[in-house]
Amino acid sequence: MEVESDSHIHMCWQVLSARTKKWPLADIISTVEFNYSGDLLATGDKGGRVVIFQREQENKSRPHSRGEYNVYSTFQSHEPEFDYLKSLEIEEKINKIRWLPQQNAAHFLLSTNDKTIKLWKISERDKRAEGYNLKDEDGRLRDPFRITALRVPILKPMDLMVEASPRRIFANAHTYHINSISVNSDHETYLSADDLRINLWHLEITDRSFNIVDIKPANMEELTEVITAAEFHPHQCNVFVYSSSKGTIRLCDMRSSALCDRHSKFFEEPEDPSSRSFFSEIISSISDVKFSHSGRYMMSRDYLSVKVWDLNMESRPLETHQVHEYLRSKLCSLYENDCIFDKFECCWNGSDSAIMTGSYNNFFRMFDRDTRRDVTLEASRESSKPRASLKPRKVCTGGKRKKDEISVDSLDFNKKILHTAWHPADSVIAVAATNNLYIFQGKIN
Amino acid sequence: MFTRGLKRKCVGHEEDMEGALAGLKTVSSYSLQRQSLLDMSLVKLQLCHMLVEPNLCRSVLIANTVRQIQEEMTQDGTWRSVTPQEAGRAPLDRLVSTEILCRSAWEQEGARPAPGLGDGHVQGPVSDLCPVTSAQAPRHPQSGIWELDGPREDRGGFHKSLDQIFETLETKNPGCMEELFSDVDSPYYDLDTVLTGMVGGARPGPCEGLEGLAPATPGPSSSCKSDLGELDHVVEILVET
Repeated sequence: MEVESDSHIHMCWQVLSARTKKWPLADIISTVEFNYSGDLLATGDKGGRVVIFQREQENKSRPHSRGEYNVYSTFQSHEPEFDYLKSLEIEEKINKIRWLPQQNAAHFLLSTNDKTIKLWKISERDKRAEGYNLKDEDGRLRDPFRITALRVPILKPMDLMVEASPRRIFANAHTYHINSISVNSDHETYLSADDLRINLWHLEITDRSFNIVDIKPANMEELTEVITAAEFHPHQCNVFVYSSSKGTIRLCDMRSSALCDRHSKFFEEPEDPSSRSFFSEIISSISDVKFSHSGRYMMSRDYLSVKVWDLNMESRPLETHQVHEYLRSKLCSLYENDCIFDKFECCWNGSDSAIMTGSYNNFFRMFDRDTRRDVTLEASRESSKPRASLKPRKVCTGGKRKKDEISVDSLDFNKKILHTAWHPADSVIAVAATNNLYIFQGKIN
Repeated sequence: MFTRGLKRKCVGHEEDMEGALAGLKTVSSYSLQRQSLLDMSLVKLQLCHMLVEPNLCRSVLIANTVRQIQEEMTQDGTWRSVTPQEAGRAPLDRLVSTEILCRSAWEQEGARPAPGLGDGHVQGPVSDLCPVTSAQAPRHPQSGIWELDGPREDRGGFHKSLDQIFETLETKNPGCMEELFSDVDSPYYDLDTVLTGMVGGARPGPCEGLEGLAPATPGPSSSCKSDLGELDHVVEILVET
């Protein structure tokens, strides 16, 4: 097989770790996120749990570890709640996790469900104090009258214990469902966005947030557009973007006014009148928006494509990559079975030279921006043995189906890859396929 | 299943009329598809989870699709009014299918009698979707949600709220739309709860002052019932706690 050695995506992608389970609905993975160093990978699931994986240090004494990811910590982040006023359940599903930059030995992350954001501290404990004066080793209080001598407690090593504790709970600030959170580059503030509003928080203050975007119309009958995603600029702490269900992206500068209802920049690609249909608006709805690491570009994901935008050009995207154009003729069926409302995420690689997003049938797609080539891979149990190499897949769009190709009608639309993440520096990717997590490592042959 | 056929005239000589028929078929097949899409969209807006707030983005997108179809149909002049007799037949079929759909959805959720809150919701445009239907559920957990002689009190309100919603379309003949939905006797068209909930029928309700919307309270006669329903709910909560 021809391998492009200068391609960022055409490598030999091997399974690094595969966590496959036959668990029921509660374990559907709903978000995946590497931390800033890439050593930790956090996943959130429909049951409100967060599972953090840590990369094993590659060392000579354990040559087979190859930098695998193993479970580091598991904790229940959110519980189901009941809103008595509305007689509705608040789902415990984790919508997003965002890490904070590491400032000391502990790790911090924000996790959110539809209504409440929590700041979690994950810390290690590998020492235990022994020799307390007032209590026994098993914790029972000693009788003060029995104490005849004082001793200094000694720290002794113990098995590593990873503890997660909630440090802040940011609640009651969102009427609608939270779809995004984004930590600011100042490392002190973050934003949370729901369908109609975006709030700005300070990490230390939980009882107050500032509303910076509000698109709720005075008359709700006039509602035709909602916010779908929002993110802070990676370097400019006053700049953020938010995308909408009408396929637009607005860039806002918080210095211009307190309420950023008027955007500084407006990104929208003019519609192609020849391809207009009743589904045009739905498929133009942006499900995810991500700044590049450099901060020069941003990427938006709509139903059929991924677009890369230059922040200096609002009129049209720099690049458009087709994810699964063969679905365009199936939009009516996809509307009927609700798949057309699936929200796919997208991500950049560390150098911003490649982008990745998911599709159906457990396929995910990677696009190399430099070579303009793309590849389709599959995250499935069949190819989940350690060090198994992924074979590029191809969807047959018409005509004679070649061997190893899969026809559009055979695609399994229940197997969707909505969440993917790329290591900030290495060729390591994490792919969530329903309730299975796959971590692949790319090696250049 | 959801097609509402355009009446085709019986033509005599097929050979001569083939061309014309072909043309008619093309046109009518598009109309059929469009109508089918409209019906599908309306059903989608109806179905909602009983205990979890529906997705606002999805509801808005579907509602926009419905508006687009209606706009086009109005421009075509195919947005015709439905006479009561006609309406009597067709909706019944749909009634059954909708009932079955809703019942199966309800059974999936499990027969949880969520305390039905009739009115007075703070926040959230879609909050009304569930409360109105779940208000019925505890009383009739076994039967379908959309009962034939179910929520009579909502029918008038449905009529008005849809008007409000589609008023924004600036139709040439608003009367057409009113007539189309004039067959409010069928609970299939309890879209008021759905559409009101989704885009917010800003109708006067007990909690009017608070942001968000209250569900359709169609008339003075029914407002008592909904108030009672709310009172029941509040008492239920108090008793349970």
